[in-house]
Amino acid sequence: MSTATATDATQVEQKRKKTSEFREVLKHVVRNRAAVAGLAIIGFFLIVAIFAPYIATHSPTQTSLVSRLQTPSAEHLLGTDELGRDLFSRMVFGSRISLNIGLISTLIGVVVGVPIGAVSGFYGGKLDIITQRFIDIMIAFPGILLAIVVVTVLGVGVQNVMIATGIASVPVYARLVRGSVLAAKEQSYVAAARAAGLGDISIIFKHILPNCLAPIIVQSTFQIATAILWAAGLGFLGLGAQAPTPEWGAILSNGRAYIRVAHHLTTYPGLAILFMVLGFNLVGDGLRDALDPKTR
Amino acid sequence: MYQYIARRLLLTVPVVFGVAVIVFSIVRFLPGDPARAIAGVQATPEFIEQVRVRYALDEPLHVQFGLFLQGVARGDLGRSTFTRRPVTTEIAERFPRTLLLASVSLAIATVLGVGAGIVSATRRNSLFDNASMFIALVGVAAPVFWLALMLQLLFAVQLRWLPATGMGSWRHVVLPAVTLGSASAALMARITRSSMLEVLRLDFITTARAKGLTERVIIYKHALKNALIPVVTVLGLQFGILLGGAVLTETVFAWPGVGRLLVDAILRRDYPVVQGTVMLLALLFVLINLVVDVIYAYLDPRIHYQGGGEE
Repeated sequence: MSTATATDATQVEQKRKKTSEFREVLKHVVRNRAAVAGLAIIGFFLIVAIFAPYIATHSPTQTSLVSRLQTPSAEHLLGTDELGRDLFSRMVFGSRISLNIGLISTLIGVVVGVPIGAVSGFYGGKLDIITQRFIDIMIAFPGILLAIVVVTVLGVGVQNVMIATGIASVPVYARLVRGSVLAAKEQSYVAAARAAGLGDISIIFKHILPNCLAPIIVQSTFQIATAILWAAGLGFLGLGAQAPTPEWGAILSNGRAYIRVAHHLTTYPGLAILFMVLGFNLVGDGLRDALDPKTR
Repeated sequence: MYQYIARRLLLTVPVVFGVAVIVFSIVRFLPGDPARAIAGVQATPEFIEQVRVRYALDEPLHVQFGLFLQGVARGDLGRSTFTRRPVTTEIAERFPRTLLLASVSLAIATVLGVGAGIVSATRRNSLFDNASMFIALVGVAAPVFWLALMLQLLFAVQLRWLPATGMGSWRHVVLPAVTLGSASAALMARITRSSMLEVLRLDFITTARAKGLTERVIIYKHALKNALIPVVTVLGLQFGILLGGAVLTETVFAWPGVGRLLVDAILRRDYPVVQGTVMLLALLFVLINLVVDVIYAYLDPRIHYQGGGEE
């Protein structure tokens, strides 16, 4: 009985500490000008993605043969493509696809990778060795290659790109969380939770993982950026989103054929990808500095 | 030291085996009939049957895998279903070109990245520092295929200084190598800078200053040696970026290397070539990481060779 009240009390204490910790981190992020710029970029793209139908001036898929390959004008803010589709509107809707791919594939990586890493680090022994060798094998595929392999098997399309980039990020999380859990499981609060009679699963998920959140959050911010870049790369290779989906990488790839006469078709989608990735990277840098007690 | 190398070599054996399993599975896990996939879309039923027998696809999976491993060990990766040439010939022809591209890129990235990182660290918060770190941020965020197209547009189409695509003279190498090296250069600049800043704060630097050594000697002889250790550790990572980026860069510049071979093979559903290329790139990456680990252990005397393989 008394142990239960004691754990309750520590939980309340932890919660209070967490809110102040959250404020502390927020303060440091806000003071970091680069991170604020990153937040502004992400916020901008979020607004564009959410209100896409109101911001777009034309339909993203409506073709018009009379207005093919036009340079930017008042009617078509960023010009038109070879089928007369409005590039600005296509890119506005494309922001939805890139953000979705970034968020969902990162979520897949977290949901699959974090438990693998946690269990591997917590139990150790043979299970850990087997898991780590398996992760070694996944890491043996350099960079975007693992995603390419998965897409080859699953087939092309936005959904499969999400799964492929998600799977490709699993080893990163598994490694990261295993390391954190290895360090965390020696802490006294784990011994306390065990003494209170809690099972392994609730110790891992309720006590250890919440304390390992910082590196997971930082990694996820960078991972969203990586996923967006990889997805655009797959789209560019023709292995990602298929026509007429207005995915930025695919738009860019399509515009390649007309680069000499209408380079706006390659320039602007590339800039959009660059800024979105830059936004997440800047916030990731800021969060890393804010969450690291050494640099605070 | 030798014990450590032997241990690390031993650890790569299961990894290589696992890579082989995955590469083998690429074709087998494809939805539909692998024989049909290899034979092509327009193949007749008789031809599909022929393919099934020739590729031993009628055998049980473990027998197929055994045959596949035997083939790999003998250097036989099958034949391209598109050109009908042996996969090993296709790869052997293109691999040196990718290696050339990757080496030049890495050289550019190292010189630019490490150089900019050192100058940035020694002149912290100067205009150079801020400018180069801003460029590095953009360099990491820019999609490599977009950068490729923009460089092509500027230097080949508008200024006509360099050829846009193809291979031949050294002038063909410049644009693809700069493109491919940019992300690595950016990453190296950031790592060198932060590592250098950390080292410059340490006591032995203060001691060196107190001894009256010139700033030049302090930076290049004392600080740099220590600051480069983290840079070496990410060398393996750099090669990963380069090999992955080669797939995209080679496509834009029509550089006939292994990366382009892979993309073409995927688009043509030429699975023996996909298998061979993926296998080669993964093995190469594993080997490079092994070498990097050994160099790292050699550079950093704090690492214990026994049990050094684990974190």
